[in-house]
Amino acid sequence: MSWNTLQQNRAARLQRARAALGNELDGKSLPAARIADLLHAALECGDRVCLEGNNQKQADFLGHALANLDPARINNLHMLQSVLALPEHLDVFERGVASRLDFSFSGPQAVRVARLASAGKLNIGAIHTYLELFSRYFIDLPPRVCLIAAEAADRHGNLYTGPNTEDTPAIVEATAFKQGIVIVQVNRIVDTVPRVDVPGDWVDFVVQSPRPYYIEPLFTRDPAQISEIQVLMAMMAIKGIYAEYGVQRLNHGIGFDTAAIELLLPTYAESLGLRGKIGKHWALNPHPALIPAIEAGFVQSVHSFGSELGMEDYIHARPDVFAIGPDGTMRSNRAMCQAAGHYACDMFIGSTLQIDLQGNSSTATAGRISGFGGASNMGADARGRRHASPAWLKAGEQARAGRNTIPRGQKLVVQMVETFREHMQPAFVEKLDAWELMEQAKMAIPPVMIYGDDVSHILTEEGIANLLMCRTDEEREQAIRGVAGYTPVGLARDKRMVENLRDRGIIQRAEDLGIDKRMATRDLLAARNMKDLVRASGGLYQPPKRFRNW
Amino acid sequence: METLNYRFEQGTQRLKAAPHVVGVVGSGNLEVLIEPADLGGACTIEITTAAVGFGPIWEAVMRDFHQRWLLADTRISINDMGATPAVVSLRMDQAVQTMLGGS
Amino acid sequence: MGSYQEANARERLQQLFDPNSFEEFLPPSQRVVSPHLGQLNAPVAFDDGVAVGRAKLGGITVYTAAQEGGFMGGAVGEVHGAKLVGLLRRAVRDHVAAVVLLVESGGVRLHEANAGLIAVSEVMRALLDVRAAGIPVVVLVGGSNGAFGGMGIVSRCANVVVMSEEGRLAMSGPEVIETASGVEEFDSRDRALVWRTNGGKHRYLMGDCQRIVADDIAAFREAAREALAALAGHQAELTLETLEAEQQMLDERITRFGALPDPVDIWSAMHIADAANIPMLDVDSFIAAAGQHRLGV
Repeated sequence: MSWNTLQQNRAARLQRARAALGNELDGKSLPAARIADLLHAALECGDRVCLEGNNQKQADFLGHALANLDPARINNLHMLQSVLALPEHLDVFERGVASRLDFSFSGPQAVRVARLASAGKLNIGAIHTYLELFSRYFIDLPPRVCLIAAEAADRHGNLYTGPNTEDTPAIVEATAFKQGIVIVQVNRIVDTVPRVDVPGDWVDFVVQSPRPYYIEPLFTRDPAQISEIQVLMAMMAIKGIYAEYGVQRLNHGIGFDTAAIELLLPTYAESLGLRGKIGKHWALNPHPALIPAIEAGFVQSVHSFGSELGMEDYIHARPDVFAIGPDGTMRSNRAMCQAAGHYACDMFIGSTLQIDLQGNSSTATAGRISGFGGASNMGADARGRRHASPAWLKAGEQARAGRNTIPRGQKLVVQMVETFREHMQPAFVEKLDAWELMEQAKMAIPPVMIYGDDVSHILTEEGIANLLMCRTDEEREQAIRGVAGYTPVGLARDKRMVENLRDRGIIQRAEDLGIDKRMATRDLLAARNMKDLVRASGGLYQPPKRFRNW
Repeated sequence: METLNYRFEQGTQRLKAAPHVVGVVGSGNLEVLIEPADLGGACTIEITTAAVGFGPIWEAVMRDFHQRWLLADTRISINDMGATPAVVSLRMDQAVQTMLGGS
Repeated sequence: MGSYQEANARERLQQLFDPNSFEEFLPPSQRVVSPHLGQLNAPVAFDDGVAVGRAKLGGITVYTAAQEGGFMGGAVGEVHGAKLVGLLRRAVRDHVAAVVLLVESGGVRLHEANAGLIAVSEVMRALLDVRAAGIPVVVLVGGSNGAFGGMGIVSRCANVVVMSEEGRLAMSGPEVIETASGVEEFDSRDRALVWRTNGGKHRYLMGDCQRIVADDIAAFREAAREALAALAGHQAELTLETLEAEQQMLDERITRFGALPDPVDIWSAMHIADAANIPMLDVDSFIAAAGQHRLGV
């Protein structure tokens, strides 16, 4: 009985790779031009390969090389990947190099994923949340080979991943400790790395890519695009939820709705006397829109999933706030931050595309297989949590008052959406498009981003529906209809029931919250354009080119 | 383009100020012209919109608007370029508030 | 601090001129709308995208027009153009002290084709007639749509142009240049390049505008007042001498800078220190650093 097949297989791969590269292999380092030879030698058909398509950072040089391998030599790879962001992430399937996929998010490539899946060239194992995917790397989906990206390596293969560390620690550990092969593309090779994020012992091959790895500035939002309606909704969120529950620890989902809240903290929230009472600790990427709130003293700490292009100097100048290491630069960690979102945050607030009558929320639409990213982690009530906080206890109490059940707290999960989207598409529907996608893509269950069970509040321009306080399915449905405005779902409300819910405070309109809608103008934003953000940062923030007109 | 007309009775509030326009006819936006008019106590609303086929929604929005303000002898004229009900209600309320001397 | 760029045309009129002094000619309630747009199934605006009338600026009565960039990009159609022409002719008839135009326009409204073209040329003629009558014309350019096409030309017919760095002044639009001459000639998606080339700072240095201010309605107001005060007692008319001086300035410009590929190169050639940093400077720092090098009057 052989108990070290993995070690033997690993040794064979390394042997083949050394033979293929000859004396062009210098320690662990190989020239960029020989990458195809390395991959042909180190990979085997059917391998589980984890490629860094992270949310932001992309191991683009390696991804491109992988997609262009000879499918006669390497095929049927099983890709494990957080995000399918670049065209080559799908080319690898189109060309027959890979055939199977387990992933979390594919926003930019969602249409192509759907097409390749229905053409039979892409077999989806499952769509996951980030933390779920990383967890499986340690149980039933260990990568045999991982292709990652780092800022710098030294001659021993010690890696510095810096501010955009993101998913790398989870991926590398899972690969290295199952005798897998770790291949990294780096921007530069140095004598000494600023700090060691990945020990060289775990790294097998290092290649300096011709260009620095690509980073997507995903979390930058130009304040010039925030509308008055979004300002109104942000006011309601701050007064009706943040202040009401005393939310000190939170995560904001991506989008303009939450950017509006961030920009209202130093103005509207300040005017309500909320500094120090809300928004101290954040599980959040370094959003440029948070700069004014940081400068105004609202924000004590921000721990990030990744970094954000252009924020480097600002982060460096605010070491009390961001996750700065002994070397003086930031590190991010998607896995830990997702865990923090589960257990150490009292609220998640984010946007969505569709909500049904039970409060199930989905971004799935027919013809696009996009996945969920991190929202399902952040927007879930963590049953394993035990420590109390005022917000968590209050939410739990509201959900359980009058019911014969043991008391516990609950996470605030707020879905924030305008009742109509572009082209007058209603956000509230009787049946989610996710059902249609399930049929189309032959999934076991409809892809839901956040389950209605976990949603505590729905916030629209029409008001806030507090689902915690609903006691029956019917109350829940009418509470949702009551904030669904003039959508068909909203117009079909039971008027008397909705009025009753309003009397009981389950539905609150802006007036009920004491909000004067005339104040909901863009003048309330602490920054109204990119230049304002730069000024707020004292000139430290350097927006990427696409966001600048200077 | 579609033109919709509504007429509401039982209003009580008459506006004294000069005609006023609020908003801009841009994508997702609308302009609202509000004027005192001798209409036998009624409030009339004429909407010319680039978004065709949303009659029932416009009707519900106008009904609620009338419930809110109960205007009498007022003519409202709207040029709309695909604004959502949220923006429509916002602009119409802004128009009335300006006539009443607010912001 | 009220952003000029963020405000719409009517808000600019309310906040720039003396409080409550704006009286509108042909207000929206008169519904003088475009006779063409309906046929094209396009929405109209009650004022066809421009508000014209009379206002006071520091107590002085001026005639003014403000174009609404939010409606069809401020483009000039038949009625819009006729309102501008009517205002300018009335300014001559009424011997008003000055004309202040708040320009924000893509130029001719293509939907109205010939009517729009004719309208814009009539505006140019009418503006020059205003100057010939001894009445100064000040143009303000600070909206997000800029002053392009025929309205770019109209703007340069004024005595003084006041811009913010957010404003843009040009003839051909960036996309048009890229389509006609290729992306190497002008990358219209490089927004920093576009603003560097057409924006207030470069226009100020090249002599195409005479004043540069922060994106602030109060700052525009002050600049307009100051410009009118400076023009008082001087000839408003476009003279042969002025034209010849302008031609000479243009000759010098082409000779000195015609071969240079980017405004930053031009600023370096003008011996402006740290030219690459010019876009980062606020208005006061910019004027201090570069003002003495600018061309023109």
